[in-house]
Amino acid sequence: MALLEVTNLGISFGGLRAVDNFNIKIEKGQLYGLIGPNGAGKTTIFNLLTGVYQPTDGTIALDGEVLNGKSPAQICQSGISRTFQNIRLFHEMTVLDNVKAALHNQMTYSLADTFFRLPKYRKKEDEMNRKAVEILKVFDLDSHADHLAANLPYGKQRKLEIARALATNPKLLLLDEPAAGMNPNETAELMDTIKLIRDQFDITVLLIEHDMKLVSGICEYLTVLNFGTELASGTPNVVLNNPVVITAYLGE
Amino acid sequence: MKNERNKFTKGKIINIVIAVLIYILIMAALNGGMLSRQMSSLLVPICVNVMLAVSLNLITGFLGELTLGHAGFMSIGAYAGSLLTIYLDLPMYVEFIIAILVGGAVAAFFGFLIGVPVLRLRGDYLAIVTLAFGEIIKSVINVIKITNGAKGLNDIPSYSTFRNFTIVYILVILTIILIVNLVNSRHGRAIRSIRDNYIAAESVGIPVSKFKVMAFVISAFFAGVAGVVYAHNVGIIKPTTFDYNKSIEILVIVVLGGMGNIRGSIIAATILTLLPEMLRGADNLRMLIYAIVLIAMMLFNGSGAKERLISSKYFPKFLKRQKGVE
Ligand SMILES: Nc1ncnc2c1ncn2[C@@H]1O[C@H](COP(=O)(O)OP(=O)(O)OP(=O)(O)O)[C@@H](O)[C@H]1O
Ligand SMILES: [Mg+2]
Repeated sequence: MALLEVTNLGISFGGLRAVDNFNIKIEKGQLYGLIGPNGAGKTTIFNLLTGVYQPTDGTIALDGEVLNGKSPAQICQSGISRTFQNIRLFHEMTVLDNVKAALHNQMTYSLADTFFRLPKYRKKEDEMNRKAVEILKVFDLDSHADHLAANLPYGKQRKLEIARALATNPKLLLLDEPAAGMNPNETAELMDTIKLIRDQFDITVLLIEHDMKLVSGICEYLTVLNFGTELASGTPNVVLNNPVVITAYLGE
Repeated sequence: MKNERNKFTKGKIINIVIAVLIYILIMAALNGGMLSRQMSSLLVPICVNVMLAVSLNLITGFLGELTLGHAGFMSIGAYAGSLLTIYLDLPMYVEFIIAILVGGAVAAFFGFLIGVPVLRLRGDYLAIVTLAFGEIIKSVINVIKITNGAKGLNDIPSYSTFRNFTIVYILVILTIILIVNLVNSRHGRAIRSIRDNYIAAESVGIPVSKFKVMAFVISAFFAGVAGVVYAHNVGIIKPTTFDYNKSIEILVIVVLGGMGNIRGSIIAATILTLLPEMLRGADNLRMLIYAIVLIAMMLFNGSGAKERLISSKYFPKFLKRQKGVE
């Protein structure tokens, strides 16, 4: 059984059919790319997968569990987490607290533990600190743990967002244009990091990206979206040489 | 991270030392007759405003929602607590502690009621709804019988005047400790993450609605407690005592002390309670000086002068703001 199975997904905003009859099957451990021109509906699909929007048609199933009708917070607990095209950090919180906020449902203690600082508070907070630093180390952010997220340079903010998404311990990680605004060096480094987290954390990745070097470099399978529907799917080699895709998206 | 923890406990010890020192100083001054009658009578109002400001900061500073109904919660606590102590016939401390808990709980219940529409409203709309809430509470208290309508309650026992300063001080310290503990916990992180970006907060699995309501309930509880303390200090309460001017006064304290800055709230509450009273002598200049001080504090907060002062080496170390939230 595939990890993510989306069938006949669709949503309309007023008269606009932003996503229509969209299907996708992602196997466990896959690094999957979703590409397509601006306004094709890629981010809208992420919003549907994470419960930000409720679909007008179709079903979304993760590991056999139907996610339709669930809230974003519930879907996160079911095992999908994401980053955003426009970075959404907790900017007035420290880098460490950004990651610890994402550990909210994993290392828990009660309000009584909080108010009266019972031993469980200290124990779980220590556990959270250890876990958060461990994740920050993967992204080389541990030395910034005490800085406010707002004060990080752009590239590091992008990384922190991925770190935070990872902290929720997802089965499926959605990355919305992770390389946007990065220079070629940073992009190359990001590609290594994405491969590393797939292997080290044993998760599946679906990413949206306009940088074709990144896409062909790390994605094992691609779906091209155009006007809200699937234009083509397959391995990068096949898809990126498909004349239909070249006319609709890649140009020339 | 070990280092972090040492810093943390060191800061904690310093705070405890400061709190104890302040208490000793005040008690010495009170018992030694060094405080004028006017100054002594200001001790409890300062404490009440500190409780109000610190609890309001939870909503405006940490949850990031603008509310103008804090005096409404205060009045609910004041009336609920006072009715208890008027009609109960128990030893003073037992009665007062029950009044504190019940006053806080009833206010918290209303915090829950107002917290629910908050889920649907943001920004200016929320400000208007909470403002209306405060006024509705006032009008209801004005017409129902048990609260004695516009005449208010008169025979409230003096359980929290400056003669019983110790119990008032304990309540203030407890309020501060509990709110600081909340803010620096997984619950507080959830509340702060909603302020910074509620879509991202949802996306990492934080139930946003639950924590918004939680912040309102807890904040209302402590405003209710402040109301009980207030009522048992002045002995008389009327519906008009708790109008929107009071809510705005508390909001001004929070804004001047700094959003999300507990220590700032405490200092601003103290200064802004003392100031109008100190200026009573210069009656015709009072409002003018008051306004000038407000503007000066605002400019000081916004100019970066504060940051420069704090980072200068002459500034006492223990006053420096710790990283993150305090
Ligand atoms: N909440 C909404 N209300 C109305 N229209 C929307 C909404 N969200 C998205 N759309 C529309 O849906 C279409 C798809 O938008 P979407 O953001 O998914 O594109 P995209 O593929 O992510 O593009 P880009 O590469 O520029 O990020 C656009 O026409 C957009 O205007
Ligand atoms: Mg997009």
